Amino acid sequence: MNIRVLLTLWRREVSATFASLIGYVVMAAVLLLLGVSFVLIVDALREPSDIPVTELFYGSLFFWVILLLSTPIITMRTFAQERATGTYETLMTTPVSDPEVVLAKFAGSITFYACLWAPLLPCILVVRHYTSDPSALDWGTVASTYVGILSLGNLYVAIGLFASALTRNQIIAAIVGLALGVSLFLLSFAAPALAGRAPWSTSILKEFSLVEQMWEFARGVVDVRHLIFHSSLAAVFLFLTFKTIEARRWR
Amino acid sequence: METKPVIEVSRLTKRYGRVTAVDELSFTVGPREIVGFLGPNGAGKSTTMRILAGFLPASSGSARIAGFDVFHQSAEVRRRIGYMPENNPLPPDMRVREYLKFRARLKGLYGTDCRLRVDLVQELCGLKDMGRRIIGTLSKGYRQRVGLADALVHDPPLLILDEPTIGLDPNQIRSLRQLIKDLGQRHSVLLSSHILPEVEMTCTRVLIMHRGRVRAAGTTSDLQDAMSGGHQVVAEIEAPESDLRECWETMPEIASFNLAPASGNYIRCALTPVNGGDLRDRVYEETRVHGWRLRELTFSRHSLEDIFVHLTRAERTEE
Repeated sequence: MNIRVLLTLWRREVSATFASLIGYVVMAAVLLLLGVSFVLIVDALREPSDIPVTELFYGSLFFWVILLLSTPIITMRTFAQERATGTYETLMTTPVSDPEVVLAKFAGSITFYACLWAPLLPCILVVRHYTSDPSALDWGTVASTYVGILSLGNLYVAIGLFASALTRNQIIAAIVGLALGVSLFLLSFAAPALAGRAPWSTSILKEFSLVEQMWEFARGVVDVRHLIFHSSLAAVFLFLTFKTIEARRWR
Repeated sequence: METKPVIEVSRLTKRYGRVTAVDELSFTVGPREIVGFLGPNGAGKSTTMRILAGFLPASSGSARIAGFDVFHQSAEVRRRIGYMPENNPLPPDMRVREYLKFRARLKGLYGTDCRLRVDLVQELCGLKDMGRRIIGTLSKGYRQRVGLADALVHDPPLLILDEPTIGLDPNQIRSLRQLIKDLGQRHSVLLSSHILPEVEMTCTRVLIMHRGRVRAAGTTSDLQDAMSGGHQVVAEIEAPESDLRECWETMPEIASFNLAPASGNYIRCALTPVNGGDLRDRVYEETRVHGWRLRELTFSRHSLEDIFVHLTRAERTEE
């Protein structure tokens, strides 16, 4: 693993995303959604309550729309586009290793994903400045919300990367990534649904509930178990991506 | 003088499902050789090059580059080759210099080394003033040069170029040909092409591939000698056709001949000698003895194109 090769590939990944039209479309859409949620938060704050603003934001479900839709679109080009245009061939015939390529593409997508969430911070600052009750905006809960956003982002970017490595068609990559991501998200609702029929399964499925986990992050609870769950699942998908890439060398 | 072969391919086979693209291919390329890979579409040229570049694995057989196995020591091999794939894929959103620097870094050149090598290949490939141009806006000829500059940037001992001249205009082909010839002074080059005169002029050796096998290999003149007859003598003579026919039939040195009327009262005779001898003296002697008028007497070798057509079409009619 060569750090300089990783940095070179990462820089290329980030600049390719920022140079692409789709990058700006995603940014514009996310800004719009964040803007709408901002209006809703300001609205909700007119009445005094002791719920943290981050939880209000999370409660609006915009978080899930952004996470579920943006990550497959950010990651769909990583491998699929390079394979479609043929630059994958020139990339893989340089002395770079497969793990370097996978990690650099992962880091590049995460960088872009993190940039998408940056505008949330000024929104919160504005709310904090004008609200009558600054205690609704504790820096701790803001930080823990960002930890949750990035932790779940890691997982979803890894899923999208895997989907992109499977095909040379970007649309298929996005749809497969979306399907995998949404299925994982829907597991959160499986536990309550099965509670009556299969009580033994609820205790297991409860641990897979991304909705519950993110709720805790938004309330200011950073649970290491959740972080380990997200990062180990992300590691599994990165490993699958690596194996998919490697398998191509054997074909 | 180093004489170890740069490429050693032995019994290389590649199957895609039931289709055999490359069939027990064996050949070697020595240092500072420019070898041309010729063959009709689907002959297995690109597949072979991709295997050599470490992009595809072989189904069986082995290939070594500079002594390293292309599959088991892939990274070592990739460090030693400059590969330009078919259609020369480039990212359209990057600038020329940015791209070349990116590629140089991936190939292990950093800092001053990187800058100097990129300067050098830009100069070498005529891209000196194009550094700031976005690749997507370049013409085909310039893109081809960017691909070549990329292949050269880490100064590899072996260049593998898959159809480097495709889509270029005659002037560009001419300058690229000169460039490749110059490169042959220091590097080994394996290039594939459909354009036969191209290969004839640039390459020191030719491999003709057909249906995944090498049909013929050698220098252009080796191949010409190997062809039955090797060459012909063409003469345009003013004489009655029957006399000419009789004359050539009785001459023991002639294996076969072909007569065709030409302009005026002349007849164009294409004479194939029995075992590669030169017939020009004998033909002149005949015309002098008979008092015929002679206006052309040429010694013509088979062109690479004749050889290519002969080798690849004969196969086709067999099946």
